[in-house]
Amino acid sequence: MVDSLSGLEPIGEGLVQAFYLIVSLDPTIIDITLRSLLITFSAVIIGSLISLPLGALISFNDFPGKKTVINLIQTLYAIPTVVVGLVVFMFLRRIGPFGFLDLLFTPGGMIIGQTILVLPIITGLTISALSGLDTTIRDTIISLGATSLQFFLSVMKEVRFAIFAAIALAFGRAISEVGAAIIIGGNIQTGTFWGSTRILTTAITLETGKGDIALSIALGIILLCIALIVNSLMTIVQQR
Amino acid sequence: MLLAVVMVAAAIVAGCTGTGGETTPAPTTAPAETTTPTETTAPAETQTLLIATTTSLYDTGLLDYIRPMFEDEYGAEVKITAKGTGQSLELGRGGDVDVMMVHDRAREDEFIDEGYGVNRRVIAYNYFVIVGPESDPAGIKGMDPEEAFLTIREMGLADPESVKFVSRGDDSGTHGKEKAIWTSAGMDYTTDVQGSGDWYIEAGTGMGSTLVLASEKEAYTLSDIGTFLAYKGDIQLVTLVDKGDILLNIYSAMQISPDRFPEVNSTLAKEWINFLISPEIQDEIGNFGVAEYGEPLFFPSRGAWETIGVTQAECEDPIP
Repeated sequence: MVDSLSGLEPIGEGLVQAFYLIVSLDPTIIDITLRSLLITFSAVIIGSLISLPLGALISFNDFPGKKTVINLIQTLYAIPTVVVGLVVFMFLRRIGPFGFLDLLFTPGGMIIGQTILVLPIITGLTISALSGLDTTIRDTIISLGATSLQFFLSVMKEVRFAIFAAIALAFGRAISEVGAAIIIGGNIQTGTFWGSTRILTTAITLETGKGDIALSIALGIILLCIALIVNSLMTIVQQR
Repeated sequence: MLLAVVMVAAAIVAGCTGTGGETTPAPTTAPAETTTPTETTAPAETQTLLIATTTSLYDTGLLDYIRPMFEDEYGAEVKITAKGTGQSLELGRGGDVDVMMVHDRAREDEFIDEGYGVNRRVIAYNYFVIVGPESDPAGIKGMDPEEAFLTIREMGLADPESVKFVSRGDDSGTHGKEKAIWTSAGMDYTTDVQGSGDWYIEAGTGMGSTLVLASEKEAYTLSDIGTFLAYKGDIQLVTLVDKGDILLNIYSAMQISPDRFPEVNSTLAKEWINFLISPEIQDEIGNFGVAEYGEPLFFPSRGAWETIGVTQAECEDPIP
C-alpha cells in the first residue's frame, strides 16, 4: 500500500516547495507569475473591449444567418489552444503576413493568442446573457431616449452578473492554457522581464520535461492560488 | 477580419509594453534645440540573439548556464526557445531565429544544402543509451545497438506482453537516431517497425515523458544520456547498451543564412557560435553536470574531431 503511494510523493514535496517559493519571494517565480497575470489580464481586457459590444451588436440586430453565427461562436468555445497557437504562429512568423511586427516570441504575440482564445467565450456568453434580458427593460431604456452608448452600458449593467461570469471563465481559460503560449511565446527566459515569455504553464511543461516533478507541482499550486484570488476578488466586486 | 482587428489591438499593447527590454530612443519628440549629450553617453542598443535549440541542450540546464557568460561579455540579450529538432528546423526555414542548435546530422545536411543554414560548427557530443527495465526481458545487455534493436523487435513480435519498445515518435533528433539504428540493422522503418505490432509504442512526446512512459510500461527506449541522468531517480530503468559508434550524439550550432533572411542577427549569431567553440567554454561544457551527476553530460568537441568523425575545422575553426 505504501509502495503504490510512493508515486504521489512529489505532491507533498510540491506543496512544501510552493510554500517556500511563495514566502521566499523567489524572484524568478515572481517574474513568471507576474508575466502570466499581465498577459492574461491584457488578453481578457482587450477581449472584453471587443466582445462585449460585438455580443450586444449580434444580440440586438436581426440578420440572415444569425443563428449560424451564434452556433459558430459557441463551437469556438472548444477551439484547441494549440490550434490558436499554430494559426497565430503562421501569421506572426517572419515569412507570415504580420511578420513585420516582430511579435513572434514576445509577450505581445502571446496576448494576441490568448485574446483570440477568449473572444468567442465572452462574445457567446454576452449573447446568451442578453437573450435572457426582459424585453420590457430594453424597451424602457430605449423609450427614455438613450444614445447607443448609454443603451449599451445600461443593458450591460442589467446583465452584469452573467458578464462577470463570462469574464471569469475567459480568465480561467487564458491563464491555464499552455498550447498557444508555448508555440507563440517559445517559453523563453532571459535577463529582461519583457524579453522573456515564460509563464506559469510553460514553466510547468519545462520542469516536467526536466524531471523536476515537485517544482512542477509547486508552480501548479501557485497557478491555482492565483485563480482562487482572482475569482474571490471578482465575487467581491460582483456583490457590491 | 476579426483576426486582423485583434492583431492590431495587440500590436498596440505590445508597442506600449512588449518592447520594454529594448531601449526606445524618442529623438523625434524630444526638444531638438538643445545639444543632446545623453545620446553620446547612452549605452548602445542591446542586441538580441534568438536561438532555437533541441530540448536536451536546454532541459539539462547547459544553455542557461552558458547564456549569462555570453550576455556579460557581449552586452547582448540571448533568447532561447527549446523545441524538438523537427520544430527547430521549421523555425530556421522561416528565418524566425538567428541560430539553430540541433543534433541530427542527416537533416542538418539537407537544411544546409537547401541554403537555409550556414557555418555549422560541432559544439559537443555524447552518447545515446538504450535503457530498459532491470529485469531485461529481451536480454540485450551488452549487445551492439543494432543487435539489441533486432532482438527487442523479434521478442516483441513473439511476446508483446513482456517485451516492448517506446519510441519518441516525434521527428526529434533522438527519433532520427532511432530510425538510423533500425536502418543500420537492415530494417525498413515504416514497414518492419512502425505499426508492426503492439510491442512498438510511439509516444509522440518529449524525452522525459517518453522515459516515464517506458518505465511505466517496463519497456525499452532510446534516450540521450543527459535526460536519462536527470530522470534516473524517478524511473525504474537502467542503461543496458551504451557502446557502439552509431550511438554517437553530435550537437551542432549553425547560423540561419543571412543571404536568405537579411533580418537575422548574423553578427551576434557568429559570435555565439565562436563563443561556444572557444577553449574556455568548451571546458565549461565538459565540466557541466559533473558535480550533480558524477559524470559529464556532454563532451567538448574541441580536440575530439576524430572521435566525432568530422573535420577539425568544423569543431575548432572560428567563423571568420
